[in-house]
Amino acid sequence: MKANCWYGKKDVQVVDVSEPEILNNRDAVIKITSTAICGSDLHLYNGFVPTMEKGDILGHEFMGEVVEVGSEVHNLKAGDRVVASFPISCGKCFFCQRELFSLCENSNPNAWMAQKLFGHSPAGIYGYTHMLGGFAGGQAEYARVPFADVGTVKIPDGLSDEQVLFLSDIFPTGYMAAENCNIQPGDTIAVWGCGPVAQFAMKSAYLLGAERVIGIDRFPYRLLIAREKVGAEVLNYEECDVYDSLMEMTGGLGPDACIDAVGMEAHVPGVIGAYDRVKQSLMLESDRPHAFRQAIMACRKGGTVSVPGVYGGFDDKIPLGSLMNKGLTVKTGQTHVQRYFAPLLERIQNDDIDPSFVITHRLSLEEAPRGYEMFLNKDDDCLKVVLKP
Amino acid sequence: MEIPRDLAIERRQRSGAQFSEPVERRGDWNEGSLTNVARSAWDQQQLSVLIDGNEKTVACGLGWFSIGLGLAEVLAPRTLERVLGIKHHGFLLRVMGLREIASGVGILTGRRPSGWLWARAGGDVIDIAALGMALNSDTAKPANIGLACAAVAGITVLDIRCAQELSRNNDAALSARTIEVRNSIQINCSPAAVYKFWRNFQNLPRFMGNIESVDTLSDNRSHWCVRGPAGKRIEWDAEITEEEENRLIAWHSLTGAQVENYGSVRFETAPGGRGTYVKVHLQYSPPAGIVGARVAKLFGREPQQQIHEDLHHLKQIMETGEIITTKGQPAGRARGTSWKYDQAVRRQVNSRSEYQTSAA
Repeated sequence: MKANCWYGKKDVQVVDVSEPEILNNRDAVIKITSTAICGSDLHLYNGFVPTMEKGDILGHEFMGEVVEVGSEVHNLKAGDRVVASFPISCGKCFFCQRELFSLCENSNPNAWMAQKLFGHSPAGIYGYTHMLGGFAGGQAEYARVPFADVGTVKIPDGLSDEQVLFLSDIFPTGYMAAENCNIQPGDTIAVWGCGPVAQFAMKSAYLLGAERVIGIDRFPYRLLIAREKVGAEVLNYEECDVYDSLMEMTGGLGPDACIDAVGMEAHVPGVIGAYDRVKQSLMLESDRPHAFRQAIMACRKGGTVSVPGVYGGFDDKIPLGSLMNKGLTVKTGQTHVQRYFAPLLERIQNDDIDPSFVITHRLSLEEAPRGYEMFLNKDDDCLKVVLKP
Repeated sequence: MEIPRDLAIERRQRSGAQFSEPVERRGDWNEGSLTNVARSAWDQQQLSVLIDGNEKTVACGLGWFSIGLGLAEVLAPRTLERVLGIKHHGFLLRVMGLREIASGVGILTGRRPSGWLWARAGGDVIDIAALGMALNSDTAKPANIGLACAAVAGITVLDIRCAQELSRNNDAALSARTIEVRNSIQINCSPAAVYKFWRNFQNLPRFMGNIESVDTLSDNRSHWCVRGPAGKRIEWDAEITEEEENRLIAWHSLTGAQVENYGSVRFETAPGGRGTYVKVHLQYSPPAGIVGARVAKLFGREPQQQIHEDLHHLKQIMETGEIITTKGQPAGRARGTSWKYDQAVRRQVNSRSEYQTSAA
């Protein structure tokens, strides 16, 4: 089969590989009908996340048709149409039983590696480094889904691939980011970044009752989508001082909650940006955490900073003094996708949201390398690339 | 003792033609005075007394000395140049300083300082050679250089003796020490269930990477077979010494075992519905010699991590019924499993296939 594989910094290629097989009793193999490139895949593409190996199949947002199930999978059968969750979760451990699926204890065969870096290992993730399991990803014609009985949601007839594909990651990720803000009526939520996750976070903030949502980015087309399709107010951080503008908009109070939907590769003009870039390229700092710094500084006293953006390691100049003295709450984590399958599928069925609004490009699987390049360079107003095997 | 002196002299003789003219100068730098300084200050006997049993302390001292000297060379090369009467060698001195600092840090922080001490000894020889060369310089101050040479020679002897002692100790430690490991893990099921699984010793190879098989001989006795490096097996008989149903199993090897060992596992009820804390304590006392060294290698490299992974596999079996793997999945390279990263997967697959054959 064809699969999109990682071969190094800015080097992905679609090559022929063998087809996946059932390896554990709770596996399923699915024939992929739609898959997507995630913003977090760009961190791998840019070579910022360690423990990738040449030939790793990428992709953790995918859906398709079940072709084979293992002997212990009783709730799925061949022919079922399913979306897979990007974290792989056993459903039986302490964390899964508390619906903290992305913290599953049993799904990362290389847990010891993540444990050395993080203290404890999170769940395994498809196509996202050997430290997080080394699982083959879903930018391919077929994929193996471990713990398929827990990690998939069956899609009822009448919903298109594009409406439900993002249940695999970015819709629940944006939703959880908004949920983590503990939104109260009248709240103002500021969101750093206007990428796909941020768009869903903004949309979800409205769904959860926010009064005002403010999106912050530097690409006019992304700000336009946030304004037109989500209804957010927008700030272009290259044209204004973010802190000053937010204070101006909130009477000096600051947003009640701030969402950092940017993560480890923030772009900042000026000295601080240069500082982070130099440190990151010298491997002295694993991330460029500027969105997080700004979110802390701008957040209302006693407010919440919610972080769906991906970070990898050890970062500098985090304003802990502000965090502590302003009594802020930080909520973060990889998304507990399985927890959101049912409620968000219902939202889609009820027409509360049509997640396909973020899609700007539809390519064949063979065109994946072009998709990565386009998404990275923001060519042709690229916001979200869906691949069709 | 002889080594540094000979090398220095040989060095001097080799380039003798160049610095043989000023005889007066050579008077300060004659063989006798050097040996005398070295002999009187660092007598072989005294050295042994100094080092015996104190290798670690001496090594530590040498480490700090290295760093001190290195810093002096790196930070104040001009001053050193002045003292020795040489010119334009600031860069060389800085490089030598960096080498000194590296070996100092190595000695102080390394798990095996002996290697770094040998490196120091090698560096000393280079230093003496360089000092010898320095005598070529028109402005050289032979008295100071001679003194420096003597000091380096003395330090060299100390380095070599200390490295010898520590090397000997390393070998001994590897084959004769008792390896002791403790680890614990939380498992989301009742103590009774884990106890029952563990008590059937034939289950152990399913999650313990090094164990090839455990055969039950009687209710209390079992035969253990452990996979060693290069396909060699290590075997022993063991006996249960203490047992409390659903709470504790303890065992030890019977006399005549190649590797004396002791193990215990406790199953404690974890608070707040957290299932069970499994707490393992293992001890191996490998004999001296080749078998001992092999066992030490097997358990000694990262025994804590090995047992931690084993327990993690036990947890996976108890909670999900199997150990998740990626072995056999597709990839855009020759093998699906990464030979660079997926070590745990490879180990666990080995023990799993063993189990499958024994279960069949």
